[in-house]
Amino acid sequence: MMLDARGYSCPEPVIMLKKAMESPETEYEMMVDNRASLENVTRFAKHNGYEVEAKQKGDDYALRIFRK
Amino acid sequence: MNFASEKRAIIIAGLGIGMLAALLVLAGNPANMGFCIACFIRDTVGGLGLHRAGAVQYIRPEIIGLLLGSFILSLIRHEHAAKGGSSPLTRFVLGFFVMIGCLMFLGCPFRMILRLAGGDWNALFGLAGFAAGIGIGVIFLRRGYSLKRTYALTKLEGAVMPAIQIVLLVLLLAAPAFIFFTKAGGGPGAQHAAVFVSLGAGLLVGALAQYTRLCMVGGIRDFILFHETKLLMGFAAIFVAALLVNVAAGNFHPGFAGQPVAHTDGLWNFLGMWLAGLGCVLLGGCPLRQLIMAGEGNTDSVITVLGLACGAAFAHNFALAASGAGPSDNGKVGVMVGIIVVLIIAAVNTFRSQKA
Repeated sequence: MMLDARGYSCPEPVIMLKKAMESPETEYEMMVDNRASLENVTRFAKHNGYEVEAKQKGDDYALRIFRK
Repeated sequence: MNFASEKRAIIIAGLGIGMLAALLVLAGNPANMGFCIACFIRDTVGGLGLHRAGAVQYIRPEIIGLLLGSFILSLIRHEHAAKGGSSPLTRFVLGFFVMIGCLMFLGCPFRMILRLAGGDWNALFGLAGFAAGIGIGVIFLRRGYSLKRTYALTKLEGAVMPAIQIVLLVLLLAAPAFIFFTKAGGGPGAQHAAVFVSLGAGLLVGALAQYTRLCMVGGIRDFILFHETKLLMGFAAIFVAALLVNVAAGNFHPGFAGQPVAHTDGLWNFLGMWLAGLGCVLLGGCPLRQLIMAGEGNTDSVITVLGLACGAAFAHNFALAASGAGPSDNGKVGVMVGIIVVLIIAAVNTFRSQKA
């Protein structure tokens, strides 16, 4: 599932991910455009037992959030 | 940054900020008011003559420092980014009424902690209202409340607010005849630390808050929403450090009556901070956080700060602000109107996004 949270400030990107996690999917790709969102989304995903890989793409960050 | 070091950083920052806030009182700031974003924006607006309440007029260097501290550190960390366009006028109105709520309580969420650390138990009513207001805001957030996304803006947009701070600093230092200063003994506006002490403390706290993303509203909000405690720890650390310095310096006076720049009307302390708590959740951060994000180039936060400033001017021009004697009748009407307006904004922006 692809989540585009660019332009949104916290807590909205985390809420987006939280809602998405209610689906049966186990892997999410997410775009955020600020470091506060990157940190908050990463923290939330890890607390919920997910792994996070983040890559910087220009001014944005691309995250892959998945179960090991 | 891993979680343990994130939490350690915010606790250390919170302890430093709480200590600085209590020390600013020893250096001359009003009691339990080392920092108060609402009060200091109100004083600055008064210094510029936008309201004429003679007791509260002084361009507070703390505000200038907070914004510039965040601006400088965000530049160094490559986090400065000019952006905006997320319902700016709605944010202005929310900022306006957050200020009306804060001036009913007589302090922003930051000062609420400092009042508690000084033994002012009236702030317990404020804290209860604040948490309750945040709780209502979280209900809207969970149901999809959003002011929609921001967009990238030109670099100049992100530099305007920091430039305005330099202008304010020049006006403070040059003190031309058209800038107002509360006369000695004339009220809280006359109580202040030396300009460079205040400015330095502001710069330091601004940088710490930028680094840790400290936010009084975020602490309670994230705990309710995600059971996340990082920001709440910063909140607690400020309280502990300010309390320790206050006790050591003999500035801890527990009780309800006779507290500095405070009143004992529990209901209106509760409702004032209820309005501020809900308004700040809808804005995405407390007044301190808005200043920090304004320094980072977020023009929506700049508009929010201007809304706070406009609210402060109206609060004194229309006699909405409470005083040590208690709330005014006009102020009670102002808070009730604010509660209605803010609830309408919350409902419309939740309902609309469900349809979209």
